[in-house]
Amino acid sequence: MGWISKRLQGFLQYKDLLLQLVSRDVKLKYRRSFLGYLWSVLNPLMIMCVMTIVFSFLFKNSIPNFPAYLLTGQVLFNFMTEATTAAISSITGNGALLKKTYVPKYIFTLSKVTSSLVNLLFSMAALLIVVIVTGVKLTPYFLLFPLVFLELYVFCVGLGLFLAQAAVFFRDIQYIYGVIITAWTYFTPIFYPPEILPENIRWYVLHLNPMYYYIAQFRDLTLTGALPGPDLMLGAALIPILMLIIGTWTFHRNQDRFILYI
Amino acid sequence: MEEDYIIRVDNATVRFNLSTERIDSIKEYFIKLVKHQLMFQEFFALKNVTLHVKAGESWGIVGVNGSGKSTLLKLVCGILKPYSGSVALHGTVAPLIELGAGFDGDLTARENIFLNGAVLGHSKQFMKEHFDEIVGFAELEQFVDVPIKNFSSGMAARLGFAIATIVRPEILIVDEILAVGDYAFQQKCELRMQEMLANNTTLLYVSHSYKAVEKLCTHALWLSGGEAVMAGDSKSVCEAYIKSLEG
Repeated sequence: MGWISKRLQGFLQYKDLLLQLVSRDVKLKYRRSFLGYLWSVLNPLMIMCVMTIVFSFLFKNSIPNFPAYLLTGQVLFNFMTEATTAAISSITGNGALLKKTYVPKYIFTLSKVTSSLVNLLFSMAALLIVVIVTGVKLTPYFLLFPLVFLELYVFCVGLGLFLAQAAVFFRDIQYIYGVIITAWTYFTPIFYPPEILPENIRWYVLHLNPMYYYIAQFRDLTLTGALPGPDLMLGAALIPILMLIIGTWTFHRNQDRFILYI
Repeated sequence: MEEDYIIRVDNATVRFNLSTERIDSIKEYFIKLVKHQLMFQEFFALKNVTLHVKAGESWGIVGVNGSGKSTLLKLVCGILKPYSGSVALHGTVAPLIELGAGFDGDLTARENIFLNGAVLGHSKQFMKEHFDEIVGFAELEQFVDVPIKNFSSGMAARLGFAIATIVRPEILIVDEILAVGDYAFQQKCELRMQEMLANNTTLLYVSHSYKAVEKLCTHALWLSGGEAVMAGDSKSVCEAYIKSLEG
């Protein structure tokens, strides 16, 4: 117990650093751009328009309300991509600072994931616009969406910590990760219904792809307006815990050696 | 009586990996793993160094380049962990290893003051209260809302020093940082350090200039090749150090 309270104390001392780093990322992201924060709303909207045109005219699809279906998947997946990609370089990119002062190293990884969460909240505005315009009837279940965000956030923190510590020793990870993300995008039902997957692949996607749990839950809450099934909710709750344990364990085990490699 | 010592470094050894090529990629890793070349070439930056400092003492660390001075400071700050031996501190530390480490060039001086304060573990509230004092000491009133990337290195260093010394820490750790900045500012920094010493702050000071060490410090430690050669009162250590350089 003493160990935990010591950690917590350390975190509290540096919680302002976390806030400062997040506010720096958010501030600098759109500094000097004309439309500023509006881009966080416009960007997903515009990409959704392009994808909707492509998938409604070029490819036939049978999904009712495709724009909303697409956007619910896309905002969550984009958050995961942005958060983990930024997390990979969170330690190597702050090498100069870590060599000069003592700062808890995980703060940098945590701040990147948190900045992405702020962007996700902005994109929620885009989603709300689409939901209202396309006439989706929201039910009170929609109010449970923060729970999905929390689960996904914890999952990204865990994955981010794991990737950040691994990237210190193997810089290749930042390059290979782009490929992994592309494959991951296609194996997640973002712009297609899971039913079109061939039988043998579908089982793996629906059970082993963590992103499916969050996107499916989110769609149940928003588009269907119902509580997700128990399997889905259980899986979505267990995955982040497991990922966080893996992430913190590997990070903690290796963090004293970071300084020799950055 | 352990509590007597505010800094206690016992038989500390710091090991670096000096392998000629760094293994940064998975391919290399596996090749080396197969060839059993992963055992790297070791380099000991510090060997069995012991340093006991009592509260209120000021220690200068002298030695030629590469003798382990900065490594010792980083060890005390907690940036490096000892490979063997132990390091124990009893008090708050203000590290002045590089001024303005953690400044973000795109942010303004105002934003950087809060960011850098947070890096040093201060709360936002605390930084707000001391904001004017920092800007005043750094003499940057006109430039608070200018991005740091447009600052001269001297200006950035002034701001860094002002932020780092805003607390009255129990332990102040200074690496050769005062080389930047003009003469007037160097005097100002020295004055502030002496003021802190008068208030019973413990100082660890690294400098090439033995004169500065003799002036500021009561004790000195002489490092050579990672090993402690001599420790004691600053005058005699400095004399011995100079003799070795001349001889």
